[in-house]
Amino acid sequence: MDDSIGKQTAADETPVPNTRNISGFQLAAGCAALVLLLILPLVFSSAFFKHVMIITFMFAMCGVAWNVMGGYAGMFSFGQAAFFGIGAYTSSFLLLTFGVSPWIGLVAGGIISAILAAAIGYPCSKLRGHYFAIATIAFGEIVRIVFNNWKMVGAAEGLTIPMLKESMAHFMFHSSKLPYYYIMLGFLLLAVTVCYLVSTSKMGYYFRAIKESHEIAYVLGVDVVRYRLYAIMISAFLTSMAGTFYAQYILYIDPESVMILPISVQIVLVAMLGGANTVLGPVIGAAILIPLSEYSRAWLGYKGTGVDMILYGTLITAISMYQPNGVWGSFTELMRRGK
Amino acid sequence: MSASLLLDVQGVSKFFGGLRANEDVSFQVNKGEIVSIIGPNGAGKSTLFSCITGFHHMDKGRVLFKGMDISNRKPHKIGKLGVVRTFQIAQVISDMTVLENVMTGSFLRHTRVPGARRKAEEILAFTGLKGKSNLNALALSISDKKRLEVSMALAMEPELLMLDESMAGLTLVELREMIELIRRVRDNGVTVVVVEHVMEAVMELSDRVVVLNSGRKIVEGPPKEVVANPEVIRAYLGDGYNAVRQ
Repeated sequence: MDDSIGKQTAADETPVPNTRNISGFQLAAGCAALVLLLILPLVFSSAFFKHVMIITFMFAMCGVAWNVMGGYAGMFSFGQAAFFGIGAYTSSFLLLTFGVSPWIGLVAGGIISAILAAAIGYPCSKLRGHYFAIATIAFGEIVRIVFNNWKMVGAAEGLTIPMLKESMAHFMFHSSKLPYYYIMLGFLLLAVTVCYLVSTSKMGYYFRAIKESHEIAYVLGVDVVRYRLYAIMISAFLTSMAGTFYAQYILYIDPESVMILPISVQIVLVAMLGGANTVLGPVIGAAILIPLSEYSRAWLGYKGTGVDMILYGTLITAISMYQPNGVWGSFTELMRRGK
Repeated sequence: MSASLLLDVQGVSKFFGGLRANEDVSFQVNKGEIVSIIGPNGAGKSTLFSCITGFHHMDKGRVLFKGMDISNRKPHKIGKLGVVRTFQIAQVISDMTVLENVMTGSFLRHTRVPGARRKAEEILAFTGLKGKSNLNALALSISDKKRLEVSMALAMEPELLMLDESMAGLTLVELREMIELIRRVRDNGVTVVVVEHVMEAVMELSDRVVVLNSGRKIVEGPPKEVVANPEVIRAYLGDGYNAVRQ
């Protein structure tokens, strides 16, 4: 079609704001929140507080990563723990066996996760909805069982990360949790930036078309198989980074701590309750769920009555009943209507 | 064949198990034409569309677009080559605004956001949806939704636009607007093929009409001749009604 289309009838010239761009106010609020997060661990110096924040950032990052495929492209994955675990295992294995820096292991783990994601995503490229979710559960469990029996990577005994002198180059700190805090915050920022860039670009539009239906995506000229793989691979890479971080932070991993289904479920919950399909939703979700779970376990868990789990479950039920768009999703909806 | 031949459908057959959806259907579309495909329900019109645009794998036959064999290529590749279709039930992306829906189409030829946005706004002005750019796509009426679907297709800058019942369920006023829009699309250099039941639109728009019945092409010609054809009347109304009043 030639370019003359439209010019002849460009009658009403109402300017159209782009709803997916960030406004000056949002940018300012974001910067303020970031400064607050930078200062926070200096004010509250308790080690447990920092631990809770670190774990919160970590799950927030995983939630953001999940959101790229689950929220935007509509591919519900319950197998994210596999990527998390592969990230943890790759860096740890490379460090133990070849003395490779965990920073290189971080990238290697991401690449291996992304390749595996593509290898498993390709044959699943026609699966949608529940069927895709079931396939991811199976995938996650297969990976866990393989690692449980794989002698070279320690099988069920897991891997203990060797103690090195604390330094940024070694990705290891013994005297304080503060460096871990800032590293994880940096990772989270990276994930949020990636998610923002993806969601506002051609790729993000194509992901949403794919979520709507494969048919409409094909009509619009979208190579559905390829873009689905992009979504899975980006998601896998970021999740794997969080896994490497976890290994360097806890210094011991085994399949039952980094590859189990509850981790995958936790990631989905964080994203869904915060608000899938929004850049910051999973961050908000993690900020609510993870502290609640960590603190309720610390306060009530020792009694062995499961009160912490009851509280946790009640909250999840309440949010899903009253805020089906997730906390952040409902909030932005409210803001939009208020305008 | 003349240089203006755009689409050449040669002997397309499609079977669903034992059911014959299309059998040996051939027709041609020249550049700048509006061609209608009509026929009773179940005649295989939508299936034919799907075969041409790669949504169904055809069992026999060939489809040439500008002399290039596009038979059984992937739908997104056929779209990229310049053949774009719409669906009988308007398909829009529900968690997007009208503008974003159209942008998803214009990304095909404009990789970056500002370019895609400019193209989308141009198209919305052309199709008369500009005032509704910011509405959620689901908030639109049936007629606006069909208009949006046409806008999304136009945003892909096709050479051949294939509309599957874009005029079903419209009021008379909306129908007039849609007829006028399709005509303007053609005047802007886009060749149009429509599947349509609304005879008023078919009669008014079409340069040529292809009639399908039970998967086969029975007649082809100018609209006035086609509606007077005894075979066409028999196909629609049954054997008892083969008398023709001129």
